[in-house]
Amino acid sequence: MDTEEHEVPHDVTPVWVYLAVFAVLAAGTIITYLASQVDLGWANTPIALVIATIKAALVILFFMHAIHSSRLTWVVIIASFVWLGVLFVLTFSDYLTRFWAIN
Amino acid sequence: MTVAAHDDDHVHHPFLQHQFEDLGQQHEASTLGMWMFLSTEILFFGGVLCAYWIYRTIYPEAWAIGAAQQKALWGGINTIVLIVSSLTMALAVRNASLGRKRGIVIMLILTMLFGLTFLAVKGIEYTAHWHEGLFPGSHFTWNEHPDIRDKEQLFMVFYWGLTGLHALHMVIGVGLLVWILWRAMRGHFGPEYYAPVEVMGLYWHFVDIVWIFLFPFLYLIHHHGH
Repeated sequence: MDTEEHEVPHDVTPVWVYLAVFAVLAAGTIITYLASQVDLGWANTPIALVIATIKAALVILFFMHAIHSSRLTWVVIIASFVWLGVLFVLTFSDYLTRFWAIN
Repeated sequence: MTVAAHDDDHVHHPFLQHQFEDLGQQHEASTLGMWMFLSTEILFFGGVLCAYWIYRTIYPEAWAIGAAQQKALWGGINTIVLIVSSLTMALAVRNASLGRKRGIVIMLILTMLFGLTFLAVKGIEYTAHWHEGLFPGSHFTWNEHPDIRDKEQLFMVFYWGLTGLHALHMVIGVGLLVWILWRAMRGHFGPEYYAPVEVMGLYWHFVDIVWIFLFPFLYLIHHHGH
C-alpha cells in the first residue's frame, strides 16, 4: 500500500504571472481582430488558428496549473488532444479528399 | 461539520473523504477527475467544430457571409470579458490556496459578474439575430443572398448551436460559482482544502478556451481567403 504523504499543492504562482498571461491573452484577442481586417489571402485562417492555439495553451499551462500538475494529469491532458487530433485528421482525410478530381 | 476521529486514532479534516489517505491525495484525485471530464468536453465540442469545418470547406461563401453578419465588436468585447473573468477565477484559486477568505469571496463575485455580463451581451446579440430573421427554421426570413439562403441557414445552425452550447456551459458555471461562493463564505476553504475552488477554476477556464476558438470561427474569418 502507498503510505507516503501527499502534499496539497500550494499555489505559489506570483500575481504578476497571472497578470502577464492576462495581458498576452488580451493582446492576442486584439491582434486576432486586427489580422482579420487585413487581406492576407490564405494566411488569414491559419493566423487566427495559431493565435487561438497559443492563447488556449497559455490558459491551460498557467490558469489551469498544468505546469504544476502531476504526470498522470499530463497524460489525461495530452491524451485529450491526441484524440481530438485523431477525430480531425481521420474525418478530414475523408471529407477534404472527396471532391478531388479523379484523373 | 464535526471533526471525526476513527479507529486509526488520528483526527481527520472535516472534508477529507474516507476513501482517501490524506487531503493531498484527495486534491490530486479531484483535479484528475475534472481533467477526465474536460477531455470528454474537448471531444464533445471538437465533434461539433469538426462538422463546422467540413461545411465550411464545402460552402465557403455562405460561411464568409454568415460570419460577416456577426458584430465583431460584441464578440470582441465578450472575449475580453471572459478573459478578465478567467483572471479573477485564477486569483480566486490563488487566494483559496493562501487561505485568504475575503479574497476568495471578492474574486468569485467578480467572476460571476463577468460571467453574467458575457451572457447579457450574448442576449443582446441573440435578440438582434432573432429580429434579423437569422434563427433557423420557420423564423428564418433572411434573404439578402437568395441563392445561398439554405446554406446560410446551415451556418446559423452552427452559430446558434455552438454559442448556445457554450452559453449553457456559462449558465452552469455561474450556478456552480454560487455554490462555491456559498461554501467560501462559510469558511470551508483554506491552504489544506481548496480542491473545489481549483476544480471550479478548471471548468471555468475550459469554457473560456472554447470561446477563444468560437470568436474567430464565427465572427472573424470571413473577409478574405478560405
